[in-house]
Amino acid sequence: MADENKELKMPDMNYAKDEIIRISGVNPRKCMRCGKCSATCPAYDEMEYHPHQFVYMVETGEIEPLLKSKSLYKCLSCFACIDRCPRGVEPEKLVEAVRLTVERQQGNDHFTPDSLAEFYDDDMPQQAIVSAFRKYRK
Amino acid sequence: MQRIGVFVCHCGTNIAGTVDVSQVAEALSHEPGVVYSKDYTYMCSATGQGMLKDAIRDYNLTGVVICSCSPRMHENTFRKAAEQAGLNPFMLEIANIREQCSWVHKDMAIGTAKAIVLGRAAVAKVNLNAPLTSGETAVTKRALVIGGGIAGIQTALDIADAGFPVDIVEKKPTIGGKMAQLDKTFPTLDCAACILTPKMVEAQQNENITIYSYSEVEDVKGFVGNFDVKIRRKARYVDETKCTGCGLCTEKCPMKKVPNEFNLGMDSRHAVYIPFAQAVPKVATIDPNYCLKLKSGKCGLCSKVCSVGAIDYTQKDEIIEEKYGAIVVATGYNPISLDKFDEFAYSKSKDVISSLELERLMNAAGPTGGTLLRPSDGTHPHTVVFVQCVGSRCEANAEKGKEYCSKICCMYTAKHAMLIRDKYPDTDVYVFYIDVRTPGKNFDEFYRRAVEQYGVHYIKGMVGKVTPEDGKLKVQASDLLDNRQLKIDADMVVLAAAIEPDKSARPLATMLTASMDTNDFFTEAHPKLRPVESPTAGVFLSGVCQGPKDIPETVAQAGAAASKAIGLLCKDKLKNNACVAESNEMMCNGCSQCEKVCAYGAITYVDKEFRMPDRTTQVRRVASVNPAVCQGCGACASACPSGAMDLKGFKNDQILAEVDALCR
Repeated sequence: MADENKELKMPDMNYAKDEIIRISGVNPRKCMRCGKCSATCPAYDEMEYHPHQFVYMVETGEIEPLLKSKSLYKCLSCFACIDRCPRGVEPEKLVEAVRLTVERQQGNDHFTPDSLAEFYDDDMPQQAIVSAFRKYRK
Repeated sequence: MQRIGVFVCHCGTNIAGTVDVSQVAEALSHEPGVVYSKDYTYMCSATGQGMLKDAIRDYNLTGVVICSCSPRMHENTFRKAAEQAGLNPFMLEIANIREQCSWVHKDMAIGTAKAIVLGRAAVAKVNLNAPLTSGETAVTKRALVIGGGIAGIQTALDIADAGFPVDIVEKKPTIGGKMAQLDKTFPTLDCAACILTPKMVEAQQNENITIYSYSEVEDVKGFVGNFDVKIRRKARYVDETKCTGCGLCTEKCPMKKVPNEFNLGMDSRHAVYIPFAQAVPKVATIDPNYCLKLKSGKCGLCSKVCSVGAIDYTQKDEIIEEKYGAIVVATGYNPISLDKFDEFAYSKSKDVISSLELERLMNAAGPTGGTLLRPSDGTHPHTVVFVQCVGSRCEANAEKGKEYCSKICCMYTAKHAMLIRDKYPDTDVYVFYIDVRTPGKNFDEFYRRAVEQYGVHYIKGMVGKVTPEDGKLKVQASDLLDNRQLKIDADMVVLAAAIEPDKSARPLATMLTASMDTNDFFTEAHPKLRPVESPTAGVFLSGVCQGPKDIPETVAQAGAAASKAIGLLCKDKLKNNACVAESNEMMCNGCSQCEKVCAYGAITYVDKEFRMPDRTTQVRRVASVNPAVCQGCGACASACPSGAMDLKGFKNDQILAEVDALCR
């Protein structure tokens, strides 16, 4: 992937919370803090901020740590958290919205056609490549 | 011409804040028939009512209009006051200028104009009002209790104690309900059977109580004080009057592999069975789905061994009809189905069980004789994980699960955890909770005892998935306070399943015309002030059919429902609704439209002889309303094509006069 250590361009933080809620369509206030999302997450150990923290931090407006977190690129988008959430909060959609908020800043693409060669091998399904472009590019 | 008095209430500033009350009184004083018009701060106060009574006497009023709050609030108050002053109560009408006017408007000019129009409509109606009198009906002094769990038993005992006969209808072969299946009860840990079975026996021995077990309510007709109920007594193929409950038939029956519902299918029973040792009535029942004799005609062993000849393979369902004055609903609950909760592997592993199944596994009369063993291999579990809120507190309209809190799970899980730690100190017990909700006398102390004294590990978080692997259950869960994902190798997982009303409740509510909420719990007449009465008169609510509750609350509510039913049964006569339909026989063309729309069966057709203008007689078929059964809904009046049917107090010309006044 692109250089993980490069300085990311950050959006205006007041704007970012509303924008994340708008593009995700998630209402974090529906969360009853049961933690079933994080209990079910297969990428839990890889993530610095876990699914339930995404919900809580977006609600309390702690957006900046999320935008800078590597967790955005560790989420497998498996939707287990969405499936299991008893309150229909859809935490994965928030992870995706935070990631898009970063990538939509100029020059923040997380994946470029040039870097494709680095990962490409014969076993990689084409769908994975398409998915990677969808997830990591604006 | 009527002599009408108009009274405009300020309701403090509730009305006067948005409506110019003196202007309303002034405007209405010019309406036809109005001889007196006044405004006052609180019409419902003693002074206000005194004013009303004085004016009726001083001005010889024949009609009254009160411009005030909703008639639901004070119509009764004012009608009583009018009656005390010698006026027929039905000559008084309310114009609702609070809920329908001042509370919904901000602008004084608009509010005042609307209040005048509403008052004018009421005056127009009173001009056409006629004095009405209510009839009376006798009360059948017998109560019906539907459901024979702890709620139904307690209600029946209390009504019987007051001296009234009560019938309990229970669909299972025995009364006792869910409580009979429980092991211990929180927070005192006394054995459920030890405190329940004496009550069951008491119910059986009480001469005022008749128990119809293995029976269901088939049809309900009638109204408060006079319900006609059909009860289906399902064929149990055993003569209840002869069977002594010796149990010989159940031992000899060759069909031994019938899943035992009392132990939630964790062991088997015979095709002829007595659900449990202390069953009431203690008589055998033949399960027609499994009995060889009933299915194939071969066998008949039970009949051969029965020394009293109680077995009767030819028995048929029997319908009995009975009259009741009051009906108490006590239909109870069931845990929800856990089949859809794939993440907890409930259908995949036998060692993932529901809390009710654990009750049976811990019970001395259960499938393991009270020793806690894994259902899969019969070994002793060393790590037990409890998951709370399974299917409770889900989002509205969730595909699986309920929106409400099931209320009893926090306490029974603490009980289970404590009992396991007490009996098997070598067992690690984890409880995953979202919130621990233990309000109630000695409840929180009980939960804390599980943690502090018995060392149960309470972990704030939810279990995400359970995977059966090599005889273990891999539990993956959140520990939110430690911000960790836990992985526990458990031997047994216990799911605290949400509870839902029994499936029989919905069709029963339809029969009773009693209202229910979206979750199929019966609704109360008032959620705070009339919690044990259904809005349908004469129908009372007891136990979980009204909402989740534990045993102490259920017993308290059962007593409350009983006292309400007793209050009704104590009355010799009930006043009927005076606003009932009446048919003008001269106009009735005998079309039967009204009879078809009447939901209460209040209309019948009679052949009547009429003298015609030419002095001949003619027999015509005309509608006749039973005023004791009519509820005054008005459906017949609007269905009648010839204008013969009319509703007293809301006659067509009265309503049209109101409409005219509104449109003026």
